Amino acid sequence: MALKGDLRSFSIVQLLNLIHLARKSGRLSIAAEGEVAELYFQDGKLVYASLRSRPQSLLDVLYQARRLPAKQYKAFKARTQKLNDKALGLLLVNAGYFTPQEILAILRDHYTNIVRKLFTWIEGRFVFESGVPMPKDRIPVRLGLGNLIIEGSRQLREWERLREEIPDLNMALKFVDQPQTDVKSLNLSVEEWRVIAYVNPKNSLRKIARTLKLNDLEIRRIAYALIQAGIVELVRPEDYRPKRVLQHAFVNRSKEESISLVQRIINRISR
Amino acid sequence: MQAVKIVVTGPFSAGKTQFIKTVSEIDVVATERKITAEEERTIKESTTVAMDFGRLTIDDDLVLYLFGTPGQKRFDFMWEILSEGMLGFIVLVDSTRPETFREARSILETFKAYAPTPFVVAANKQDLPDAWDVEDLRIALRLPKDVKIVPCVAVDQESVKQVLLELLYSILEWIESGEAHRKPKEMPSSNE
Repeated sequence: MALKGDLRSFSIVQLLNLIHLARKSGRLSIAAEGEVAELYFQDGKLVYASLRSRPQSLLDVLYQARRLPAKQYKAFKARTQKLNDKALGLLLVNAGYFTPQEILAILRDHYTNIVRKLFTWIEGRFVFESGVPMPKDRIPVRLGLGNLIIEGSRQLREWERLREEIPDLNMALKFVDQPQTDVKSLNLSVEEWRVIAYVNPKNSLRKIARTLKLNDLEIRRIAYALIQAGIVELVRPEDYRPKRVLQHAFVNRSKEESISLVQRIINRISR
Repeated sequence: MQAVKIVVTGPFSAGKTQFIKTVSEIDVVATERKITAEEERTIKESTTVAMDFGRLTIDDDLVLYLFGTPGQKRFDFMWEILSEGMLGFIVLVDSTRPETFREARSILETFKAYAPTPFVVAANKQDLPDAWDVEDLRIALRLPKDVKIVPCVAVDQESVKQVLLELLYSILEWIESGEAHRKPKEMPSSNE
């Protein structure tokens, strides 16, 4: 029977832990953020990983890892179109471009990066189908899950902390009136600069995330870094309407009555 | 007889019950229960689960009630009930426990969101050697310069009175500025 569920109630780290401890074999498919990831396991070890929207051949992976120059990549691509990964790997090894160990190490890094990406997925659906083998034309690796689980747990703690710091994505960012830091002097990432471009009390963090295609974790992480750097502060968006605003004590009193009432309390306490 | 209230809020073990006890003319009606969580019990034996309730007679026609909110998050459903119709609120922070500052800020943001009344932050336990300086607290709590942070020792009546007075001065300024009687703007619907 397939294991199915929701990432909110069972996180990716918990899933990996289950597969690791129960030494499961099969395919874990996770659908989130308009993307589907497929991870294949053999006896509790990761053997293959891919993102459905970006299927990558061995050649693409080697090129992305900067182990093949563009010219060579194009030449191989044109000549080896009909070869699957296993055959291509064999060809590259026999031609002396790579050792088998090098190819496996590059693939391990590639699959690890896919799993790392999944740690940022907070909402989504998963299904684990026991016994489904990995695609035959791909090269398997055997990657223990221990380190990934530890890394994922750290990220999960970071996520929980960020959620406490920025509990509501309906909040907006505003530049602080007197920044202690000069923005130009900071080494900001491209993503941080992109968020800065949208800093405005009119834009909720949710809107910014949607525009820049950032997930909940990424927008919180960037907002938190910018807040900590003293560049921006968290404010209610201009068009924010709370569910309910409580009435204060002066709603049914005139201004003069209110002033008199407060003065009486001040006089009493000052005594 | 008119009755008005001020709400005293803040994280678990900030000293809210003591703060109210120090100025209340009646024995504080406290709804405390023994703490079961081991970690929290190392900090104090019992905690407020519904509210603390103190009273201060102002004159023949006016009485001020002080309501203390429960500090533990699982009782936060009480916050809104206690805050309806308040004059303003005090966020009490234990200046010696930086691990509670984030919680204090979160409580402050929650109250600010549903109660458009003045507030002050009271930096409690300033008599202890490990107490954070008020200006350091301002940075840690990310409070702008216009938010009052009042040094406080909740067991000292004069100190507690000073906190109440600072809040009342803020309330007075708020009324005099006309802000308290401004009709809320028609808000467009939420962007969600």
